Parts: sequence; structure tokens; C-alpha cells
Amino acid sequence: MKPYSAWSVFRHGLRGNRNWPRAWRDPEPKSGYDVIVVGGGGHGLATAYYLAKVHGIRNVAVLEKSYIGSGNTGRNTTIVRSNYEQQANANFYEFSLKLWEGLSLDLNYNTMFSQRGVIDVAQSEGMVERYIRRGNAMRLNGIDAEFLDAAKVREELPGLYADDDSRFPVYGGLMQRRAGNARHDAVAWGFARAADRLGVDIIQGCEVTGFIRKGERIAGVETSRGSIRADRVGLAVAGSTGHVAGLAGLRLPIESHLLQAFVTEPLKPVIHTVATFEIGDFYISQSDRGSLVFGGELDGYNSYAQRGNLPAVHDVLEAAVTMFPMLGRVRMLRHWGGVVDMTPDGSPIICKSPIDGLFLNCGWCYGGFKATPGSGWMFAHTLANDGPHEINAPFALDRFERGYTINENGAGPIFNRH
Amino acid sequence: MIRIPCPHCGLRDHSEFTYLGDATVSRPPDDDAGDWTSGSRWSHYLYARDNPRGIHEEFWHHGWGCRAWLVVTRNTATHEVIDSKLAREREVQS
Amino acid sequence: MNRRLPDGGRIDRTQPVRFRFNGKEYGGFLGDTLASALLANGVLLVARSFKYHRPRGIWSAGAEEPNALVTVGTGARREPNTRATTVEIYDGLVANSQNAWPSVGFDIGAINNLLSRFFSAGFYYKTFMWPGARGWRIYEHFIRRAAGMGKVAKTADPDRYERIEAFCDLLIVGSGPAGIAAAQTAARSGVRVILVDENAEHGGSIARGAIDHASELREWASGALAELAGLPDVTVLSRCTAFGYYDGNVLGLVERVSDHLAAAEEGMPRQRHWIVRARQVVLATGAIERPLLFANNDLPGIMSASAAHCYLSEFAVCPGGEVVIYTNNDSAYSTALAFAPHASVTLVDTRAEPAPKLLAACRRADVIVRTGAVIRRAIGSRRVRAVAIENYANIGCDLLLTAGGWTPTIALHSQAGGRPVYAAESQCFLPGVARESWVAAGACNGAFDTPTCLEQGRFAATRAIEAIGVTPATIVIPACTTRGDMIPGPQPVPHGKCFVDMQNDVTTDDLDLASREGYRSAELLKRYTTLGMGTDQGKTSNVNALSLLAKSRSESVPDIGVTTFRPPYTAVTMGAIAGRKQGRHILPTRVTPLHNWNEQHGALMSDAGLWKRALAYPRGDENRQAAAIREAAHVRSAVGTCDVSTLGKIDIQGPDAKEFLERLYVNRWSNIKPGKARYGVMLQDDGFVFDDGTTSCLDENHYFMTTTTDRAEPVLRNIEYLLQVVWPQLRVHVCDMTDQWAGIAVAGPRSRESLQPLFADAITSLPFMGVVDVSYGGQTVRVVRISFSGELGYEVYAPSGIGEELVQELYLKNDSPGIAPYGLDAMDILRIEKGHVTGAEIDGNRTLADLGLARMARSDNRFLGAAMMKRPGLVDDRRPQLVGLEPLDPAQAISAGSHLVVESRPREPSASLGEISSACFSPALNRHIGLGFLRGGEGLHDSIVYAANPLGGTHIAVRVVSPHFFDDKGERLRG
Repeated sequence: MKPYSAWSVFRHGLRGNRNWPRAWRDPEPKSGYDVIVVGGGGHGLATAYYLAKVHGIRNVAVLEKSYIGSGNTGRNTTIVRSNYEQQANANFYEFSLKLWEGLSLDLNYNTMFSQRGVIDVAQSEGMVERYIRRGNAMRLNGIDAEFLDAAKVREELPGLYADDDSRFPVYGGLMQRRAGNARHDAVAWGFARAADRLGVDIIQGCEVTGFIRKGERIAGVETSRGSIRADRVGLAVAGSTGHVAGLAGLRLPIESHLLQAFVTEPLKPVIHTVATFEIGDFYISQSDRGSLVFGGELDGYNSYAQRGNLPAVHDVLEAAVTMFPMLGRVRMLRHWGGVVDMTPDGSPIICKSPIDGLFLNCGWCYGGFKATPGSGWMFAHTLANDGPHEINAPFALDRFERGYTINENGAGPIFNRH
Repeated sequence: MIRIPCPHCGLRDHSEFTYLGDATVSRPPDDDAGDWTSGSRWSHYLYARDNPRGIHEEFWHHGWGCRAWLVVTRNTATHEVIDSKLAREREVQS
Repeated sequence: MNRRLPDGGRIDRTQPVRFRFNGKEYGGFLGDTLASALLANGVLLVARSFKYHRPRGIWSAGAEEPNALVTVGTGARREPNTRATTVEIYDGLVANSQNAWPSVGFDIGAINNLLSRFFSAGFYYKTFMWPGARGWRIYEHFIRRAAGMGKVAKTADPDRYERIEAFCDLLIVGSGPAGIAAAQTAARSGVRVILVDENAEHGGSIARGAIDHASELREWASGALAELAGLPDVTVLSRCTAFGYYDGNVLGLVERVSDHLAAAEEGMPRQRHWIVRARQVVLATGAIERPLLFANNDLPGIMSASAAHCYLSEFAVCPGGEVVIYTNNDSAYSTALAFAPHASVTLVDTRAEPAPKLLAACRRADVIVRTGAVIRRAIGSRRVRAVAIENYANIGCDLLLTAGGWTPTIALHSQAGGRPVYAAESQCFLPGVARESWVAAGACNGAFDTPTCLEQGRFAATRAIEAIGVTPATIVIPACTTRGDMIPGPQPVPHGKCFVDMQNDVTTDDLDLASREGYRSAELLKRYTTLGMGTDQGKTSNVNALSLLAKSRSESVPDIGVTTFRPPYTAVTMGAIAGRKQGRHILPTRVTPLHNWNEQHGALMSDAGLWKRALAYPRGDENRQAAAIREAAHVRSAVGTCDVSTLGKIDIQGPDAKEFLERLYVNRWSNIKPGKARYGVMLQDDGFVFDDGTTSCLDENHYFMTTTTDRAEPVLRNIEYLLQVVWPQLRVHVCDMTDQWAGIAVAGPRSRESLQPLFADAITSLPFMGVVDVSYGGQTVRVVRISFSGELGYEVYAPSGIGEELVQELYLKNDSPGIAPYGLDAMDILRIEKGHVTGAEIDGNRTLADLGLARMARSDNRFLGAAMMKRPGLVDDRRPQLVGLEPLDPAQAISAGSHLVVESRPREPSASLGEISSACFSPALNRHIGLGFLRGGEGLHDSIVYAANPLGGTHIAVRVVSPHFFDDKGERLRG
């Protein structure tokens, strides 16, 4: 199959675009695979890709109950960053960020990863200290970070509110210039196409309804399209983790919560970096189409409904027009909800499960998108080697009972506070 | 807006409440205080969740009202509220 | 060219209006929309499309408009992407085309149209990759500038918005025939009704011309609306869009209060956001006309037949002289007859045999009808000039109307209901099963003729009212007849460059390409092609796209997929949703009872959560740091006062109160005696430290707890949880007293004598950690002898109402400068000198041992968090422990947020062994000091580590010392 390139776009254009090949096949499931990855979002597809590419395991199926990228991959606000303080998080997300930097070329699919910078704006003196502590931790971990004073923050964010008109002044901000955002769907599609080319079967419309056991261990899955056998099954189903793990009899430290996201009508470029704020945990960026993409805190209650309620809408829009008062007349075009898999320390789980043959990749809270390549890489490693890489070893399931939680914000063991 | 019937205050917007989570997890008795080990009741209580898609009994605190803790029965797939009662008055599971 | 008819319409010809569009002045009348006024002035080209910059005109007469997007207003009031079809004109209105340069008439960007074969769906996923992420930033720069549509204002929106909380028995969305019938039924039944419509004029199809028996129906509608307006329990709102249907039968609405006025009246907001809690809802949201597809179907001068009919009858605008109407159903016939007196009209009907009655009527009106005819192509470059019809000669025209059947507006139904149901015969989706309490009525429910709409409206209200237990009244519905067969014939298969989604320039070729490449499910296809992702949210495109795909794949429409509807139904102004809770008012401001006093004494104020707190009280040209150092030194040498009213204060009473404290705090409480206070630390269930503070025992069953400022609410909530959920058998009640008491810390060697003039002997003998309630001016004031500063000190709690008076009295009775206020900064210095931990240290990830407080814990393990604090991760000897830090050079400042490393030279990366949590210049020690956490720190006293601050470019050698820098034995506070 010929790779995508400017030349191919030109050549196919001349021929009226009639001969573009399929981006991926739509195969019937085989009776068995070496590895089954449940969940056709970014993480599941990336896992299959790296299994095939890095570990040479190509007899792999990705099972997706709906269409690929239909969950949080296609619903999130696409921020990619590695500005973490905790050592384990810094190691993992920086590994992922490095993969992002070469991802489009690696996949031969433009994921539009744009290193436009992520700036965390401090709106209290206490937060300045926390950001400096975090930024220093990043630098000592070899991750780029700089602290901007209020004037520099305003240079980066020209529409930012004036202190005089506001409840909270701008004190400064922590900038990671290598961070940015990407095109969410393209990540799923790029991994799908690249995995497919390495022989991975991507099977859409195939819902896992149970597990096949051989003694105690997992030997495959029951699906809406029949039984499929495999010695190793990896779950990468985000908000559905509680449900699918429940089919295997596992009870996990996960609650499914609701996070809403918002877009405006398309506008000419106005916000050039990704910005996050202390007040309301508000964050905003502008997509390449011109829409402002933004969000804030969780709705706050367990939910599997992919739709939220007005109080969170109010909080987020209040923050939006407060931080950028010129947006008052801009219109919100759409808002929607994603089901996020919250853990009690705010950090993910990538490990073997207590059941032989079953592997877990979950607990991404609201930050799974940036982890996509890193998560896939580490999960593939864990599946291929029947154990973790040193980078994902700290993200084990038993860290909770053993007290090795990886807690960035210091909130207690309450799922919706992270 | 989820509308929660507070036994003291009547039908109220959920934004008046703070959510805690699963109300069915059973807290270990006070004399269990020495035991954190694997599979312990404390680890289960703090971390393991059924996280059901469907009926869920959960704690809500009416902080902007009467400050009562409620046990609300709600469907996590539809957000429908089925029941609510004062946590103080629920039957404690043995 | 003037397209206005000499009479007719509901515009007010006595009130001419002047407005500017693209710099040119035009005239219209009050009641015109920008679209109708432009059409009246013969302006057809108003916009350029998103991707190919193709010329675009006005398609619709409502909220579904895909094409005619303009920027309204200038300066701070610039409003981009506004639909010309919903803007009401007023004197002085300024509107401009957007996404075109140098002008909408000649737009350089139109070169994209010539290159469109290379810009097919998703082409950007296939290129712009080399040489990686850095390369993309360059391509992206140009792509971003080309994308987007209108420009945002540069300065803050000056207008005001407001929010209103509303409750009703029945909310009716849509005031067409169904909505009015429902409202009349409900109002006469005596229930509380809110009736809303997005348009300026109520009446829906009755007000928009495309209807028979118009005059009788109008009379009925205006009578009903007048009746409703007179009823106290009925609210009728126009220009009010119900945009979202949320849980609990709560709907979000936005009312455009003054957008249509040249100047808002005093106090009038621009828009108002209604939050309506309705017991029942009737959704009577109508239907939108679907386009018929053919090549070049996007040219200016091509519009929906119903829209043109509306412009003709409501605005007395006949947008063309040679009119071709293209239809696959009967609805266009009345439009043809309406246009016939004003223009030459040719009707092109895809159906072979329309009803003879209709054909006869056309003959009588000189309307030419081509039956069984299919338009292949519109001809023209910047506006339509002719149409090419299969098997017929081309027909010249300057206005081409299409009538492709009706798409019910089921956005709200779908937001609050199950999957929409496809009605194959009507070729449209109808509402699915209701999840909330709503009933659908009228065209949105598949009723495309007026008699059925009226009947459904009445029936829907009846059902809704019965559901809330009220007997419904009956109303008389006006007699009228049906308009014919609204069920469309099949949509002919289009050829050539047909725009399915006009706004996003998605063509039939794009749909085919996406399908061929494997983006087959409806959602993948939409995401790959951007179909339906425009500001019109696919109102005119989604159903057409699905049926095209179904046809090309020989599948049924529901097998292809169902369109999903997410709120808002039409885009809503962000300022309106935020209302007045923005800027200064985004969060409440809490001030202490001493706030005025603090300000009068020159306090530099800052935010601590919601609170305003005094940082320091600079004198003269003293800076903040100098003030804090002076204040701290003054406390150690004389006496200072500090406003500590923000501390959480909880009154705890009951026979089991002591037992409760014993369980809550890690330290011993069972032996506390009345008149004594004690410092306590509490853990979270997971064994990490939660909060600290002092609690006073007022008598056996009565305690007064203070918490940190930050944790006041979480601690109270947790206490309530424990008492109501975990230990309901404990007989304890708690009450939040934070706002009831002012708190003043009085600290320093002279603090006792400074208080004596106020409280006389009552405090003279108060021992360290003693508490006493004294009478002051007839009120109870609580004095606790306690010290955060390490000096002899007291905390005085007075009822909020007399707090300021008490401080004034204290200063009056003590000669200044003997007594001076100190702020948070000085308090921080004093506590760092003493090694007392605060929020900077208790950050949720610290154990008792980390904080050097391990010895406080009782051995009985009967306190909160006792079990989990013993987990391996919490007793791991690699955990950083609290230490004091002194820079080797005493004059060298160190800063909080620096990390501790062993490398003597700045080096990145490098292993962090901990960090500095607090730092200051200590006047008592005359050097810089800090508190921090260091791995193995307790065993490393006297060793040297480095405070690495790569962000600030410093790397400073520090000596590890005990965190108790000053008066380690605590002799001063016991004095």
C-alpha cells in the first residue's frame, strides 16, 4: 500500500480521488488471536500497533463495540503535555510526549500534534509556589518548563482579563512549550491504519459480553459476534472499565464520572497557546478549524450517560468569559459529555490483573488523550512480556492498598476530587 | 439538573449538594484499625467499587441546604433519581 | 434593485430603518430581518463558504441558516458568525461579510475552489507531515489563518447579561399552531405555563405565510396570544430559544432581550438565560425544509421554498423576477401560487403525476409546471442564472427555490429521549421514546398539516396536564384544511458538485470518498468530512447525507446511523449563559468582620480562597517584605494583633462530644478538662494528614474547634459525615460558627498587659492553653491562651458584630506604636521560625511522621486513619521528612518550590530528594531560613544539600537543621 504524502494527494486529486484505498480493512473476527485488545479507542489501537511494531506480535485483534474512537478519544479536548510533579507521572508522560513528537511520521498519518505550548496560569500566590515546585521538578526530570511572570503570561494570552476587572489577579504561569494539542480523531485513525497495515484485525461493532476461562485463567472473550480465543486479553475501555472488568469478576478502584467539553463557533485565530487556569480548573485552546475548545471540572457524580448538566455548563462558561472577557459575544456551539474512569489518586493503572491472562489499562481520569502513544507502548510491553516496563511499574493495581498512591493534587481518596 | 428530593427541604437542584460516592461500601468497624493488608476491609472500603451502570446508592451532602447527608438511589445510566433518605436513618447493614 | 412589493407584509412601513452592510448604506423597515432587508435591496451575495470560499447567499428565513453568516456590530460589540436571517434590523445596524478578502465580491480565497480536487475530505490527514512536529507548526500557521470564520472583538464585551431561575407546570417550546393550542388548553386549565418561541413573531407557520386559511388562523392565534398575555400564571416569551433539555425536566433557554433594539433601555440586559424547571413539557418545535440536491446547488439566489414564501408574505419581498421552484412534494405549490402575481414562475416537480387539482390551480395562475423533471445543475457563477433540467431545455431564472420535504426539529426530544425513529415514508426522523416528561406535538412529531398540528397541540397539553393531576380544559380549534401531500417523493440521485453541507463545503463526492476509505459509520463519516459540524449543526444537511449514503450502499437509513443531537439546539451566547457571574463576580468575596479596620490601617489585601486577608500593613514607602519583617520583629519584642477570623470555627456539643474528638484526632482527648484547649491533628481515612487546629473544652459536653482556613468546609463536611453516617449513635451536634466569630490573635511579650484593660483580671491568671469566656460590653468574648508565633499569645474570639469595636478599643487602650497589626506574611515568618507546619506543608500527601508529628499519635489505634497510616507506602523510610534549612550564606534568599539535590553544580536532569515548602528572612535569627522535606531528613541534620531552582536559575548550598529554629524549648510562650 502506498504511503500518504503531498504527492499522493496531488496524484489522487488529478484522478478525482476515485482510487484512494481503504484506510483499514473491516475483517470478520477469526476464531483466535495471540492477543485481544478490548476497546478501539486511541489506547487500544496504539497497543495493537506497538504490539505489532515493537514486539512482532501481529496476530492481534482490537474489538470495538461501536466505531473506532467513539469513546473519549473523540470527545476530549486534545491537550498533550507532560507537566507533572510526581516522579512516576513525569517519567510516563514525558515518554509519551516524546512519542507524540514523531507520531505523524511514524504512523504516516497527520495527527496534527501542535507544540503550541501549555501554560498553567496561577491566580493565587499559593499556586505560584506550587507551579514553581512542579516546574522545578520537571526541569530536574529533564522536561522543559519555564515560569512566566504576569506580563509574560499576558504576552502569550493577549485576550486575558485585566486584573482591575477581575476577582483574582494573574500572578504568573508555568509554561511547557513542547506541550500542545492534536487532532483527536486522527490519532485513532492513524493508529488504526498503521496497525491494520501490520496485520492487526480491527473489528468494529463487536461488543465483549463475557470472558472464556481455562481453569482460573482467561482464555478469550465472548462477544456479540461469537467467541474469540486468546491467551492474553488486554482491557483498554476507559469509562466502561467497571462494567467490562465486572464481567471477569474484578472490582477495581475506579468510578465512572462525567466530564463535559465545549466548543464555540469557528473564529479566526485568537488564542494561540493552550491555557489552564486555577479558577474552576478551566482550560481552553483553539482548534485548527478555529473553534475554541474548553472545559472545566467534572459534573461530580457517577455516570455512564454521555451527557452532563447545567451547573457544570454554568461554571465553565462563567470561567470562559471571565478569563477572556472578549468572548462574551461568542457563541457556544456544542457541549457534550465523556465518561471518564476516575481512580482514587488521579493516576492511571497499567498492569497485569489478578487474573492470569487479563491485563488492565484504565483509570485515565480526564487525562487519557495525551497518554495515548505512551499508554499503548507500555501496555503492549506489559502484554508481550507478561509484566511491566520500569516506567509503568508504579502504575500497578496494588499501589492503593500498599499506600504507594501517585497523587498530584493531594486530594484524599475520593474519586471525583482528582 | 438532577433534582434530588431532600427529606428536609423538598425537591432541590443537585448543585446544592456535594457528592461523595458509593453508599453501599461497608466501613470496617472501629476495632479493625490495625489491618491494612491485601484484601482488608479498609482497602475495600476506600478503593474497590462496583461502579455499576444502572442503580447506584450514593451519598450526597446538602451543604447549601440543611447540611444533611443523604443516601440517594439513582440510575447512573439515565440519571433518574429513584429514592432519597437521610443517611442517619437508613438501616445499617450488618 | 428594489425587490420590495408596494404593500403587504407585517413590516412597519411607517418606521424606515437605515443600516450598513459591507460599508454601504441600505434602507429597510422596522420588522425586517437583515436577510429580508438585503433581499429587498437586491443583495444576493452575502457570504463566502468555509473551505472553498464559494459565493453564498441567503438560504433560509430562520435559525437553520447555513450560508448567510455575517459579523454584526463593531468594536467591543462585534459579533461574528451571526445568521442574517435572525438579525432584526434597527437604525444604525452595521453588518459585514466575513471570511473573505479583500471583499465578499472578489475573494482571493476562492482559489481554493479551483483547487478543490486536491482539498477533498480529510486531505490534511495525508500530508503536511514532513519533517515531523516542527514542520507541522509551520503548515499549521497558514492553515489556522485560512480557517476560522468571523473575528472576535478585541476588548471585553460591554453588555450585561442575566440569569433567571424559573418554575412552571408546563413549558411549551414553539408557538406555532400546535404550541398555541397547547398553551391555550393549559392556561384555561389553570396551570402555570411558560410559552416560548425563538422567533420575534409568535405563530410559527401561521406567521410565516406558508399556510392556507391564513387570515382565519391569524385571527385565532392573535386572540389566543392576547388571552394568554392577560393571565397571571402564563409567561409568553418571544426571541427565546430553548437550547438544551437536561435531567430533571430542566431546560435552558436564552432570551434575546435587546439585540433588536438600537439602544437597550436603562437596566435592560442584552440577553437573559432562563433555567426552567418544568413539571411537564410540550415540544412543538416545528420542522425545517430540506434542500434538494443538484450541481451548484449552493449559488446565491437559490433558497428554500418555504423561506422565499416567508419573505414574500411576511416581509413583502419578492427576491426574484424569474422564479423556478423545484419540488418533490405539494408544499411548493402554494408558494408558486403566491409568487405568480409578482414574477414568472416555473414549477419543476420530480413527481410524474402531481394531484390534478394542483396542476389546475397552476394553470389558472399562469404557473408553468414541468412534471417528472429533475434539475441537474444550476448555472451561474456569483448568482444563479439558469437551471439545467434533464430532458428539458434550460430555464433562465434569478431565483431558484427548492422544496425537498420536511425535517422535524427533534433536537430537544433527542437530548431527553431515546434514539430517533426513522419514518421511511416521510423520509425523516421522528422523536424517540421520551426519557423526561415531554410530549411532542405538531410538525416536529410528523404532523405536516395545520389541522393535525392544532389537534396534536391540544392533545399534548391535555396529556401533560393530566399527568400532573389537573383536569384539562377543552378549547375550540379553528377550522382549516390540509395543504396537500407533504410526503416528499424520492430525492433524485445527484451528479456533479452537489453541496450536502453548504456551510462546511461537504459535497456528495466527499461522502463517497469517506465511505470508500472505510469511514463508514455515520459518526466516522461526519468526523472525517466535517459534515454537520458547522454552526448550523447540520440542520439542513444531516438527513440528506444519511439518505444519500443509504441509497449508494443499498442499506436503510437507520442502518447507516442516526444523527446525534447535543445541546445547544442553536449556538448560544457565552456571556448569556454566564450571566452576571463573571469577572469580579465569578466567585463570592468573603471579608472578615475586621475587614474595614484592616483597610483603614493600610493593609495590603490578598485572596486566600474566597477570603480577603491582610498580608501586611506597610508604613510609608515600606515594601511588603520590609513591612512583614518589621511586624514579625515587633511581635517578638512587644505585641501585635492579627486578624484570624478566617479560621474555621465549629461548635461541638453533646454527651459524646469528647469521645468524638478522641476518634477524630490522633492525640489524646479523653483527659482534657474544662477551661483547657489542645492542639490536635486529624487524618484522612487513607492515613494522610488532613488538618490541624486547636479545640477548646468549654465544659464536659461543649467544645469549640478551630480548623485551618483552607480546610474549614471539608473538615466540617467530614465531621457531619462521621456523625450522620459512620457513628450516628454518638450524641453529638455540630454547628459552623466561622462567620459568627471574629478572631484576633494577640501575640508578643506584652500581649497580656495589652489585653488587661479590656478584660481585667479574667485573663491575668489564664494559664498556657487555657480558655475562658469573659463578658465584654454585655457580650461573651472567648479568650484562648495559645500561640502560633511562639510568643506569649492569645486568640480572642468576639461576636462578629463587635469584632471591629473590640480591636478599636484594644488600640485605644494601648498606646501605638506599642501595639501594631501584623499580617499573614509576618505570621508566616513567625511560624517558620518556630517550625510550625501549615497548608504549605500539609498538602494531602504527608504522614504524621513526614511532618515530625509521629509522637502525637495515640497507641490505641482508635482514631480516624489509624489503620491505613501503617501501610508500607506510608512508613517507607525513603519518604521525605520535615527539616529546617539554612543557606550557608545567611544573606542568601532561598525560595519555596526549590528542590533539594545532592549535586553541588546545577545539573538537569538530577534526582530530587525533596523540596522547600516555606522560606523567609527571619528577623529573629537575622538570616534566611526555610522549611522543607528531605528524604531521610531527620538523620541528615548538619549536612549540606543544594536548593535547586532551575526555573529561577539559582542553586544554593543549604545546611540541614532542626525545623525548630527559634526558642526550641518554648520558654517564651509559657512566660
